[in-house]
Amino acid sequence: MNFTNFGKYILLLKAVFRRPEKTKIYLKAIFQQMDFIGVGSLGLISIISTFIGAVMTLQIAFQLVSDLIPKTIIGSVNRDSSILELSPTISAIVLAGKIGSAISSEIGTMRVTEQIDALEIMGINAPGYLILPKILAGITMVPVLVIISMVLSIGGGYLGGTLSGAVSAAEYIQGITTDFNPYTITVALTKAFVFGFIITSVPAYEGFYVKGGALEVAQASTRAVVVSCISILACDYLVTQLLL
Amino acid sequence: MIEIKDIHKSFGDNEVLKGISGTFKEGVTNLIIGGSGSGKTTLLKCMIGLHQPEEGSVLYDNREFTQLSFEERIEIRKEIGMLFQGSALFDSMTVEENIMFPLNMFTEQSRSEKLERVNFCLQRVNLEGKNKLFPAELSGGMKKRVGIARAIAMNPKYLFCDEPNSGLDPKTSIVIDELIKELTEEYNTTTIVVTHDMNSVMGIGDYIIFLHEGKKFWEGSNKEIAKTDIEELNDFVFASRFMKAAKGKF
Repeated sequence: MNFTNFGKYILLLKAVFRRPEKTKIYLKAIFQQMDFIGVGSLGLISIISTFIGAVMTLQIAFQLVSDLIPKTIIGSVNRDSSILELSPTISAIVLAGKIGSAISSEIGTMRVTEQIDALEIMGINAPGYLILPKILAGITMVPVLVIISMVLSIGGGYLGGTLSGAVSAAEYIQGITTDFNPYTITVALTKAFVFGFIITSVPAYEGFYVKGGALEVAQASTRAVVVSCISILACDYLVTQLLL
Repeated sequence: MIEIKDIHKSFGDNEVLKGISGTFKEGVTNLIIGGSGSGKTTLLKCMIGLHQPEEGSVLYDNREFTQLSFEERIEIRKEIGMLFQGSALFDSMTVEENIMFPLNMFTEQSRSEKLERVNFCLQRVNLEGKNKLFPAELSGGMKKRVGIARAIAMNPKYLFCDEPNSGLDPKTSIVIDELIKELTEEYNTTTIVVTHDMNSVMGIGDYIIFLHEGKKFWEGSNKEIAKTDIEELNDFVFASRFMKAAKGKF
């Protein structure tokens, strides 16, 4: 995203946060988007998180082969990795692919078929009507999905560890309950909030300014996912540096 | 009444509109005609605020539109109905929801009142009972008629139609043209139709302006258009074999 695009993105956000024409209609749209982003992504996030947790446990167990290191460390490393990095970031990148491309192509198609022009002619603030519900749903549902992802990732670690025999159930549970710092949850949810904003606003921007036809909508969709992923990783670094 | 004064619009180095002026009266069907690339859709978009002209003004009953703020423009836009070239119906909504959409956004009517208005609009465009269909289930002509029904839902003072006949068979085109003319006379709207369809020009063109290479070359009625000696206009009007054969009979 170069400076011109960044400027246009900021101006679009300014238009997005104008006062809604009718709160009731916006509320309905927000709940629809929460269903799409939250409930619609639950299955995917659950599967990915469980497997990542299981694989993480096996890899930590493989790397920490020493009599000097207690096996309980496997649980605590898996817990902190899941909470601080894997659940927020991997979930966000997966959601950028799933939700970001859907948002970009939906809004892009509306642009090329003049549906956005139709909204504007009616006197409706098109950025607000189309994008605000998505952003609000994103910043509320992505943190919820990240919390679910944390639980399932740690649970997946338990399953992977005990089923493979890499760590006993007692050692794993002792590991995940020892020296837990609740602040890591704050860091993770801050990341989730920021990522939720990126996942919805960047693809919406890419879709909103599409010019052309089906090919350009597809290109905007690809660009939306790429820019979202890069923005997520950059913001991941920034938030981590600021909060830890 | 809508007045445009000395409208200029460029895209990069390409000057598309080179000082267009005109007055579009209420209760008559005003046509903007011209060949592809002549600037007629750009002019329409400048008039409704989708493009910002570099120079010139657009007055809606003496209210200067181009200088208004976003909030002030909304008040005028609530008085505008527009039929888009591709109908621009909202794909995710049924016919009923499409027509009810502006009513939901800008009125405090009860659901039964809104439904009554929707059914009236659908009846007006001869689509009774099609409430629950989605745009994907409609033919091109039906989509246009739903587009018109949505455009008139809020009782607009100004009705804009961008290429209302594109992609339609001649018979359906005439139905759409007649519907636009009837609605214009019935509600005394200021109607502006952008078209290059000569059937529309001869059928409903009460007042016509002809654009060529971004300039207004001619203005008049459909009774006068076939009798001019302007070469560019005659090239446009009598481009088809049918019109050439009919030349002299108008």
